Amino acid sequence: MKRSVILDRCVRAEFHTLVLISLFLLFAGHNQPGGGFVGGLVAGAALGLRFLAGGIDEVQQAARFHPFAIIGAGLLLGAATALVPLAIGDQLLRSAKATVDLPVVGSVHLSSSLVFDAGVYLVVVGLVLLMLRALGEPDDGGSDREVVG
Amino acid sequence: MLLAAHLLGVAVLPAVARRLGSRVFLAGAIVPAAVLVWAAVQAPSIADGGSLVQAVEWVPGLGLDLRLRLDGFALLFVFLISGIGLAVFVYSRWYMRTDPANGRLAATLLAFAGAMIGLVVSDNLLALFVFWELTTVTSFLLIGSQDTDADARSAALQALLTTGVGGLAMLAGFILLGLQAGTFTLSELLAKPPSGVVTSVALVLVLAGALTKSAQVPFHSWLPRAMAAPTPVSAYLHSATMVKAGVFVIARFAPVFGEVAVWRPIVVTAGLASMFVGGYRALRQHDLKLLLAFGTVSQLGLLVVLFGLGTPQATFAGCALLLAHAAFKAGLFLTVGVVDHQAKTRDLRLLDGMARKMPALSVAAGICAASMAGVPPLLGFVAKELALEGVVAPDAPQRVLIGALVVVGAMLTVAYSARFQLGAFGRGRPGPDRPVDRPPRPFVAPVAILAAITVVCGLFPATLDWLVQAAAGSLGAVPDSYLALWHGVNLPLLLSAVSLAGGAVLIAVRARLEAAQDAMPTVPSADRAYDGLVDGLLRRAADATGLMQNGSLPVYLAVILLTVVTVPAAALLLDPRWPQALALAHTPLQGFVGAVAAVAAIVACRQGRRFSAVLLLGVVGYAMAGLFVIHGAPDLALTQLVIETLLVVVFMLVLRRLPDEFPPRNRHSSLVAASVALVVAAFVFVFSLLSTASRSTPPVSDAYLERAQPEAGGRNVVNVVLVDFRGLDTLGEITVLAVAAVGVVMLVRGRRHEDVGQP
Repeated sequence: MKRSVILDRCVRAEFHTLVLISLFLLFAGHNQPGGGFVGGLVAGAALGLRFLAGGIDEVQQAARFHPFAIIGAGLLLGAATALVPLAIGDQLLRSAKATVDLPVVGSVHLSSSLVFDAGVYLVVVGLVLLMLRALGEPDDGGSDREVVG
Repeated sequence: MLLAAHLLGVAVLPAVARRLGSRVFLAGAIVPAAVLVWAAVQAPSIADGGSLVQAVEWVPGLGLDLRLRLDGFALLFVFLISGIGLAVFVYSRWYMRTDPANGRLAATLLAFAGAMIGLVVSDNLLALFVFWELTTVTSFLLIGSQDTDADARSAALQALLTTGVGGLAMLAGFILLGLQAGTFTLSELLAKPPSGVVTSVALVLVLAGALTKSAQVPFHSWLPRAMAAPTPVSAYLHSATMVKAGVFVIARFAPVFGEVAVWRPIVVTAGLASMFVGGYRALRQHDLKLLLAFGTVSQLGLLVVLFGLGTPQATFAGCALLLAHAAFKAGLFLTVGVVDHQAKTRDLRLLDGMARKMPALSVAAGICAASMAGVPPLLGFVAKELALEGVVAPDAPQRVLIGALVVVGAMLTVAYSARFQLGAFGRGRPGPDRPVDRPPRPFVAPVAILAAITVVCGLFPATLDWLVQAAAGSLGAVPDSYLALWHGVNLPLLLSAVSLAGGAVLIAVRARLEAAQDAMPTVPSADRAYDGLVDGLLRRAADATGLMQNGSLPVYLAVILLTVVTVPAAALLLDPRWPQALALAHTPLQGFVGAVAAVAAIVACRQGRRFSAVLLLGVVGYAMAGLFVIHGAPDLALTQLVIETLLVVVFMLVLRRLPDEFPPRNRHSSLVAASVALVVAAFVFVFSLLSTASRSTPPVSDAYLERAQPEAGGRNVVNVVLVDFRGLDTLGEITVLAVAAVGVVMLVRGRRHEDVGQP
């Protein structure tokens, strides 16, 4: 794969900014436009940029965890946030809204729904990674077939 | 508490299996032993006609509760399940070779025992059904426990399909009955039985379940095939417990519903047919285990007839026969296991002189076989006397007929009992002498104990009388009869003598009889009917799948879209509410963005290259985002923007694998595609126009807007809805998303590996 040096450098420079933006979206989401879903998508888009610049190796370098692990962690986080109220004696289904949010601490809005949102974020990032990996692997089917056949 | 003990055992056994080897079965035996002791403690109070009730609310709204009720009849079954279970567990320790799968087998066996006990004590129709299906599933696992054997697998599948379909029919019957009676509690239902056509239909459905489970003609073919299971499993499932679940249900219902017109013809016909077919086919088997299996079909037929009649006498006899049959049949199955284990064959033509090599076993087995044949003074004889007494009533002509058929069945029973004993222990075909090790004593002990029970209870029937009386009593049958060896010279004794004599004749001519049976043309067997049915079903299913899923994406899309159009459009046309005022656009900007989107979409359709089509679709997406911005929904716009960007990237990746150009389209297909698209577009347009105009209640978003800040502490309503108000939805969505993505990725990969891997 031919690589363009300029694109490569630019993307590398921008990647961290994009990740920061995505995290900002995640944290700001409760009061401003944003949230786990959009944040995850932005992070995914950042990974996509890395992919366009340097191929799948570049992506694997940027996100070292396996996509399945990331998705799993996200689901676990989400499920845990849903189940914790149950463990401390609240209802899971009906009072999700009442139990998921905690009292405001200081001047920072910190609610347990942020944890839930983080779960969503992780799932989305994992999904994008998964797609990049599955579809972005070097297309060697044809050549292999010749070797085997 | 009892069920909890089983659960605990199920959980513990696999864990300790590695250390204990085949002794894991001895550990498992603790549970049935405990149950046996517990049942014995409860017995006196229940024998007085009392019952033990324990209720746990489950889903009260659906009438589902876990009401357990131990009455006399249930107690009889608990004794059977745990007693035979104990024998089988002890026996398995010597039968099974050391195998890592033993833990699994022991645990499944225990799970089955627990389900069976749950079945007999549950006082709720739906709970009963749950346990019923649990026995079906666990027996499937047990029959197929030698999972490397294709025969065992297909036999397990046949048992599962046959009894499973029957079980579903039974569930439908239970639901109908419960709705008719207004209660799903079994004891209340039986106290106030519903009537009418619906009840009759329900009963037929229930009977379908009961008869399949009890392997009655024409559903019997799964039972002989299930002999692929390890012998202790067969002894347990196919003599003492599972197959009697159907008998149990019939017995519970018969006293109340016996007078419903559909009941007796079905039950009695099926029972008599099974009795005859089972007995007849047992006479031509060479495999000892198959011989017993067909014998079981025959005996179950008799049980079904007895309980199905529902008269006090017959019910009483049924309870006695239930006990007698479990004792002798389990003993005989275990005998086959020992013979098979020591001599490495079950073919009675190859066995020779086993009586000399295993004298103790041969005596014990002989007692069991004699009991099966109804030879005095054994328990089987006592039960048979009662059965004849219960069936024969000289005043009713059809009862005379039934009695005559039962006597014929008894003759066949005598004949195949003798065939078993002579075949297993008598002289066989002269040939090379098989080396046979003497079996260890504890291996034979369960058989010996069962034989001893048969003798003792035969000689002193009073030891069992209280139990059988209590069982029959709780079925509403108070007979003027009692268990006794000698009732005096009467009709049953005469008939018993006739059946023994007839059996003796059949034994005497057995060589000629066997030849005659072999010479007979083979009747179409139920086994073949089952195979044909399953094959046909599979072929039809394949045809249907081929028809529905022809692999063409445009066709799928067209079907989906047209369904979307047709169903809501019909509703729309029935009650259209046209809006008062129509505004083409709220701001000029809106109109402009809309026009951009429309132009991009139209141009995208006319592209010949995939690449430019994807880019143009991206433009449509961005235009949508623009519309969101204009409407003041920055959140949606942001999401839409990022999604569109990512989508274009992913499309690029996919396009690498596709040809650059679209395949050439013919005029006809593009015309069809265009018209489908136009219809859908028109519908969506009209629908969104009307739906915004026909709002009658205040939008839910007002409430969300009000509650977002005080309740969830967030100002961004969209996000608050996602993570707070509808948090569970979101959790479900991300789960679905993850599962779907993993599935798609696996498909893509699998495809590629297939391409690469297959030379």
